[in-house]
Amino acid sequence: MDLRKTEEKIFKGIMICSTCCILAILLIILITILVKGLPAMRWSMITQVPKGGFYLGREGGILNAILGSLVLAGGATLMTCMISLPIVLYLNVYVRKRTWITQITRFSLDVLWGIPSIVYGAFGFTLMLYLGLRASLLGGLIAMCFLILPIMSRAMDEVVKMMPAELLEASYALGATQFETALKVVARQALPGILTAVLIAFGRGIGDAASVIFTAGFTDHIPTSLFRPVATLPLAIFFQLGTPFPEVQERAYASALILTAIIFIVCIVSRLLTRRFTRNVIR
Amino acid sequence: MRSFRKIKEAVATRLMAFLTVSSSLIVFFMITGLYVRSRPILSVHSLSELLFSSSWHPLRGEFGFLPFIVGTLWITGTAVVIAVPLCLFTAIYLSEYAPSRIRALFAPLIDLLAGIPSVIYGIWGLLAVVPMIKNQLAPVFGVFSTGYSILAAGIVLAIMIFPVIIHVSLEVLQSVPGEMREASLALGATSWQTVKTVVLRRARPGIIAAVVLGFSRAFGETMAVLMVAGNVARIPGSVLDPAYPLPALIANNYGEMLSVPLYDSALLLASLWLLVVILLFNVCSRLILVRVERSVL
Repeated sequence: MDLRKTEEKIFKGIMICSTCCILAILLIILITILVKGLPAMRWSMITQVPKGGFYLGREGGILNAILGSLVLAGGATLMTCMISLPIVLYLNVYVRKRTWITQITRFSLDVLWGIPSIVYGAFGFTLMLYLGLRASLLGGLIAMCFLILPIMSRAMDEVVKMMPAELLEASYALGATQFETALKVVARQALPGILTAVLIAFGRGIGDAASVIFTAGFTDHIPTSLFRPVATLPLAIFFQLGTPFPEVQERAYASALILTAIIFIVCIVSRLLTRRFTRNVIR
Repeated sequence: MRSFRKIKEAVATRLMAFLTVSSSLIVFFMITGLYVRSRPILSVHSLSELLFSSSWHPLRGEFGFLPFIVGTLWITGTAVVIAVPLCLFTAIYLSEYAPSRIRALFAPLIDLLAGIPSVIYGIWGLLAVVPMIKNQLAPVFGVFSTGYSILAAGIVLAIMIFPVIIHVSLEVLQSVPGEMREASLALGATSWQTVKTVVLRRARPGIIAAVVLGFSRAFGETMAVLMVAGNVARIPGSVLDPAYPLPALIANNYGEMLSVPLYDSALLLASLWLLVVILLFNVCSRLILVRVERSVL
């Protein structure tokens, strides 16, 4: 009898310890980035592009990478929206029942979700070779689209799946076609979930380096054309860390802080949006 | 007017069906694309030579992937060994013991952990894990280590796969019917006994799937590993040795790969392997999870 109680206590202790341990690690990571990044933060970091000798410790900032990342991730998110919204609506409005097409599509999206970004990068690179593209914003967009398509689609699907059938039936009863129902009823009703999915995909895209390392290249200039290389924040961090100069490495910590801040903002905005738009949703 | 609506409907239906079907074909496109690009090297070297030779001299045309494959396996294995116990205990705690308030509090934190970019994990590894191994851990064992090691990469990767394992196993644990727990508790079992003998037994396939998903995530992770693993193309002897995993190899050499003959083909072959291995793991674990989900309905 006693033994059972002790066993219970021991294991409960272990569980609480490991839970706390995981929380502590999260905190430690955030604090490390904050402590290391704050002292190196300068206003010029986010207002200037790298000047000559930036990677040797001279003047400049990483505006090119910040803008590049925003354009790349934003563009890819928009493009992916155009693809994944139809997919999700098709699965949940047109097919609706559990048939082989929904099963296979959901399954393959799940599988795609697990494929590492470096493979998407390599695949994007082979596509670019076929199309005759060099490292450019367009190449980065294509690779990143593949990367975030499964993330966005599955996240949207989870929300749209919950749509009550009565809503669809009410819309059909009024004489609406399936397309009109999908766009005007389902998409609007699921808007908060769709926006959250979009933001999750954006956050994933902006933080990813391995998929753009071959495809988007790197440059010291602000992105202006689809066919020019574009700088990204994660790669800027990586390159700055790779230099042997302590000043430049400190800038990498500051850049990491900026990236973390962007991810944080995306997280918070998506929660706020969800709350705000849920008010207009019929339950 | 009416016919216009009909036409719109017809076009939209076709388009959506097309997009849906092609999204499930992406995997095949990827395999074919990478295979076609990696064929040049397969026609020069045999597959077994590429897999089991450890001499890596691209300039001399020798492409032995063994050190990289072994390095990847070591690092992934270390990460899984560290992550699995921590994640399982946490998932069990959250699912069986914790009040729902704590569970609700934990969910966004796990999301945040999943949302942190891998470069950030890499920086953290450089700042915290690498010095710790160099200054504290290696001297304890009386060995010299630069800190850039399998262990460092394993620790960083373990943290990166926490969210996947916790998320999936939490879902699996919560799919175990409450009546089963109640039956066990009514027989006088303690909570832990219930977990041990009823819940875990029922959830075992799903938890294995969660671990496999974590494994495959760690297997392909690139940037963080690239930053802390040391990148020495030798077969490692212990966890304190540096290693050079496959994804890091691919990411590190993109610059020069087009200037050395067969190099690009070799690297794309490496990504094809990554793709195929991870695909297998993913398909297996997803199949298990689909079955778990179906058993609940």
